[in-house]
Amino acid sequence: MTGPLSGIRITDFTFAWAGPHATELLGFMGAEVIKVESMRRPDHSRRTSLTTGQVFTGMNQSGVFNDINLNKLGIRLDLTNPKAVELAKHLVSISDIATQNMRPGVMERLGLGYEALREVKPDLIYLSSSARGATGPERAYVGYAPSFASLGGLAYLSGYADGDPCQLSGEIDLISATTSAFALMAALAHRQRTGQGQHIDLSSSEAVSVLMGEALLDYTMNGHIPQRTGNRDAAMAPHGVYPCLGPDRWLSIAVSTEAEWQGLARAMGRPAWAAAPRFADAAARKQHEDELDRRLAEWTRGYPAHDLMARLQREGVPAAPSCDNQELYEDPHLRERGAWVEVQHPEMGRRVTIAPPWKLSATPAEVTMPAPTLGQHHDYVFGELLGLSREEVAEMEREGVMF
Amino acid sequence: MASALEGVRVVEYAQMVSGPYCGKLLADHGAEVVKIEPPGTGDAARRRGPFYKGYAGPEASALFLYLNTSKRSITLDLNQEEGRRLFRALAKDADILVEDSPAGTLGRMGLGYEALSALNPHLIVTSITPFGQTGPYRDYKAHHLNLYHASGQGYLLPNNSPDLSREPIKIGGLAGDYACGLHAAVAALGALYWQRATGQGQRVDLSKQEALLGLQRANLTRFPNKEPIPTRLAAPNSSMGGLMECRDGHVVMLIIEDHQWTAFCQLVGRPDWAADPRFTDRDARGRHFKAIEPEVRAWMMARTRQEIYHAGQALSCPVAPVLRADEVLADSQLNFRDFFVEVAHPATGPVRYPGAPFKLSETPWRVGRPAPLLGQDNDEIYARLGLGPTERARLAEQGVI
Repeated sequence: MTGPLSGIRITDFTFAWAGPHATELLGFMGAEVIKVESMRRPDHSRRTSLTTGQVFTGMNQSGVFNDINLNKLGIRLDLTNPKAVELAKHLVSISDIATQNMRPGVMERLGLGYEALREVKPDLIYLSSSARGATGPERAYVGYAPSFASLGGLAYLSGYADGDPCQLSGEIDLISATTSAFALMAALAHRQRTGQGQHIDLSSSEAVSVLMGEALLDYTMNGHIPQRTGNRDAAMAPHGVYPCLGPDRWLSIAVSTEAEWQGLARAMGRPAWAAAPRFADAAARKQHEDELDRRLAEWTRGYPAHDLMARLQREGVPAAPSCDNQELYEDPHLRERGAWVEVQHPEMGRRVTIAPPWKLSATPAEVTMPAPTLGQHHDYVFGELLGLSREEVAEMEREGVMF
Repeated sequence: MASALEGVRVVEYAQMVSGPYCGKLLADHGAEVVKIEPPGTGDAARRRGPFYKGYAGPEASALFLYLNTSKRSITLDLNQEEGRRLFRALAKDADILVEDSPAGTLGRMGLGYEALSALNPHLIVTSITPFGQTGPYRDYKAHHLNLYHASGQGYLLPNNSPDLSREPIKIGGLAGDYACGLHAAVAALGALYWQRATGQGQRVDLSKQEALLGLQRANLTRFPNKEPIPTRLAAPNSSMGGLMECRDGHVVMLIIEDHQWTAFCQLVGRPDWAADPRFTDRDARGRHFKAIEPEVRAWMMARTRQEIYHAGQALSCPVAPVLRADEVLADSQLNFRDFFVEVAHPATGPVRYPGAPFKLSETPWRVGRPAPLLGQDNDEIYARLGLGPTERARLAEQGVI
């Protein structure tokens, strides 16, 4: 491991998407993350994809699970078994961080709540992440990413101006995860300075609301309730996604200054319509946005999206295609930046996945391992870390402690 | 109580959303964040609405006020040599510089990572740009809209589209830009942990395109692994439910596990469906949902969002109401948790702002001060750099500060 968190160990009880990606981010930075599951309660993303409905064979064939559990070690512990709980506590006692996203109260009943665990590790940092937070009348309410986005207020703001709200999905889980990672890092900074651990109570729906501060303030300041506007912006025009040559090919164009507007006009070959008084300044363009969008679409329709991006960018105009998965994978820029990496998975073989979201010059964040198969790292975790003999481990596997 | 980032010194040279949100996350946790703004105009967010009571002044932008809580503001013109000298003096004493200038710009002014690192080897430079510091698109310009689409996220929205005839869209507001700032803050704190352990600073290169791409990492590895390309079309068997219209708006409901299906059947008063062979698993429910959709729809249309939400949750059914901004503000759960805090800015008086989405038990999040007026901390910060009143007046006269 080369990352800045080398030497930090995390016992990770999280499942689904919002929990596991939080510890994955810390794992990208070099933390050792040990994921605790069991046959009774495997992470459900080993079995199905929430977004596509795809059902995976067995426990170790899920691309989704691989993508959000990279760099982790895996063990099996049946936490309904008291001996397993003792082993989990032992592991936490030699960890820096423990993370969980069960329904509030569940970990406490298992004997693995914050109060119980800080007895074995006084400076522990403990993250509880849930849909609505660990306190309040709705603390036991359950939800997935679309629920967080809807309760948080962002689903209402997303969608065509004349259409329904937009059910957001996986990206919302991963935003909640990144929020968790930030809270953990802040707690780690405090512990590094003072030696004190703490408990973090995170609400995934609140993690959505903080991303629309200006919309919420528009209501508290002005009593105005913001509405959906598709791709449109409150001030800029043009600000849209326009059809290009080929089926389902699109280009986004956003013009914020007079210089960018002039650049767009040059790129189009200075058509007469663009010089008309009703497009003369930003306010006029905003006022005649429907016509502006129609005119632009007539032009973009004749060209491949990537050609237009290059042409517009040469003129200083912010433009980029709405990329599908193939375009992203073949994108020369993402290629050169190393955005795609490969791992060799013990059961799935070679898998392409996405690199960490930042580049750190001195302590690179890296993908070092595929996601663990269920219970892959018993020798290291129970043997090397917890000091159990092979016989003891085998016995506990037979007894069902490590089910 | 202490704050998590007490004693951390941050210089922010960034505008609009991503860089300032990164700075806000650090400032609201106790870091001292000195925001450098261009003299006269300030951060571009000051010129962007929504504005307080429609008054389009530089101190009345809701976007600016929200994104710059707990910070200090100084004005500084980097196009003048004296301005660059002061920038170097600020960087010399900082732990973290957050900057969002186009790739290479600071370098050409002699303020690039190498130059600053030579002055201050502890310095962490967190650079946030549309496409990163390297690669063929490094000089390309992009706004939130462009990046939401260039990252592959926009192409997937609105999900559950009936066909591909309409254009793909971005997420609401500027949420993608906020998310990029959040990513930058995580990396800055990773680098800070290392800096405190070893004394060594470093460069964080955040490409907004890549941060947003990473948020779809569980969907956008499908093509490279020879699986079907995800689109914004409704997946035929993804699940039953999704977005559903009811009497006063919409709810979302995802029925995945069998016990959730049983709960749903109970909720809509059709416990017999739970035993119906057409609905034995998630896949079958997706395929046969059409057969019961009219009845489910009628049940929904007879009830409000809140009725369906609480009745469903009482049965552990993952249902949620689609809330508007006013309803988020009034939400009893959020208010129980004191999610909103009152911030009194001189231009607006007391206004409720969203707080932190998590409670840190020992180092609570707080707004240390409202967003700064443009250049309000010039005297304090420049005095700290050893500039007396006469010197400051001269620099102000020359438009350096």
